[in-house]
Amino acid sequence: MDETGDSELARLMRAALAGDEKAYRAFLGRAGDLVRRFARRRIVDGAIDPEDIVQETLLAIHLKRHTWRADMPIEPWIAAIARHKLVDAFRRRGRHVDVDIDAMAETFAAPVAETLAQREVDRALDTLSPGQRTVVAAVSLDGRSIRETAEQLGMSEGAVRVALHRGLAAIAKHFGRRHGRD
Amino acid sequence: MDTEDLIKALAADTRRPRLSLPATWWAAAGLAALVAAVVFMLTLGPRPDFAAAAETPRFLLKFVVAAALAAAAFGAVRSLSRPGADWRPAAACLAAVAALLVTAVVAELAVLPRALWATRLVGTNSLVCLTYIPLIGLGPLAVFLAALHHGAPTRPRLAGAMAGLLAGGLAAVFYAAHCPDDSPLFVATWYTMAIAGLAALGALAARRLARW
Repeated sequence: MDETGDSELARLMRAALAGDEKAYRAFLGRAGDLVRRFARRRIVDGAIDPEDIVQETLLAIHLKRHTWRADMPIEPWIAAIARHKLVDAFRRRGRHVDVDIDAMAETFAAPVAETLAQREVDRALDTLSPGQRTVVAAVSLDGRSIRETAEQLGMSEGAVRVALHRGLAAIAKHFGRRHGRD
Repeated sequence: MDTEDLIKALAADTRRPRLSLPATWWAAAGLAALVAAVVFMLTLGPRPDFAAAAETPRFLLKFVVAAALAAAAFGAVRSLSRPGADWRPAAACLAAVAALLVTAVVAELAVLPRALWATRLVGTNSLVCLTYIPLIGLGPLAVFLAALHHGAPTRPRLAGAMAGLLAGGLAAVFYAAHCPDDSPLFVATWYTMAIAGLAALGALAARRLARW
């Protein structure tokens, strides 16, 4: 990525941190493209779905965005987070291959289409409390705004925000850690 | 869930951490110093001849080395809590602290008669040193590990070890006011051992830090 591209990303992030939600979406989209390219380059044996790395990295970027300093180049920051997540995923997988024989048998037995459709993020979503799950699903899968979600569920907007934030933090925590073993 | 869907959820989540990373580190440093001071005053307190000792270069050097170590480790742990930040300048500062201690040891060997080397190295207080530097540093270490958790360490083991060095340096600043052994030979041996213990503990505790 060249210097102008980097500063454009940094500009979007600065606007996002100042409260511009549209800029933040654009930033996350572009950061996701960067991470996707990075992950596809490094995952050569198909052992890990690069898109899982993209999603886990975006979650980490979101929850740790206060660790970026506005005067710091943003691309090395994103790359360092992506690398950390990729290494973590490889390490986790290595351990699962050794330990998790039952889960592997399940994976082999399951219909192929189903395993492909279920991402790590969906597995993590399944571990949430029903309340958090409903809110996260409404905002992500159904694409509702905070206000629409609040109206639909009969909650206050503040309660929806809290559930969304805690739900995302919990997803990040459970990402790729199956059956609570890891 | 598609990545597009995930991005919608992330963008809608506008709740942000209340503390910036620099604010977190300075608050942690203040809290850690307070905890160390309280534990030190409750358990040991300064030595009785503190005022007289404060005029001797060996006594003062202990504070210089301990404070320099804490400052360098503070810089290191702050960089290591930020993904992609360069921690090499801080590593250079740590090397400079080590060089300072080595210089002090060489100078001490030069001025001290050979017959006294072993006596000064063993000192009178080594067990107290090995006990109380870790004891005073334990609370600060917990505080610094919590601060690291608020950050995003991509090299958790190294970051945890630096948090241990920082806690150890801070504890040594306080402990030095109590310890009657002022020789650099004593400091380089026993202080180093006690602080290394805290660094090892920090590195061990860092397993949990990797999850963020």
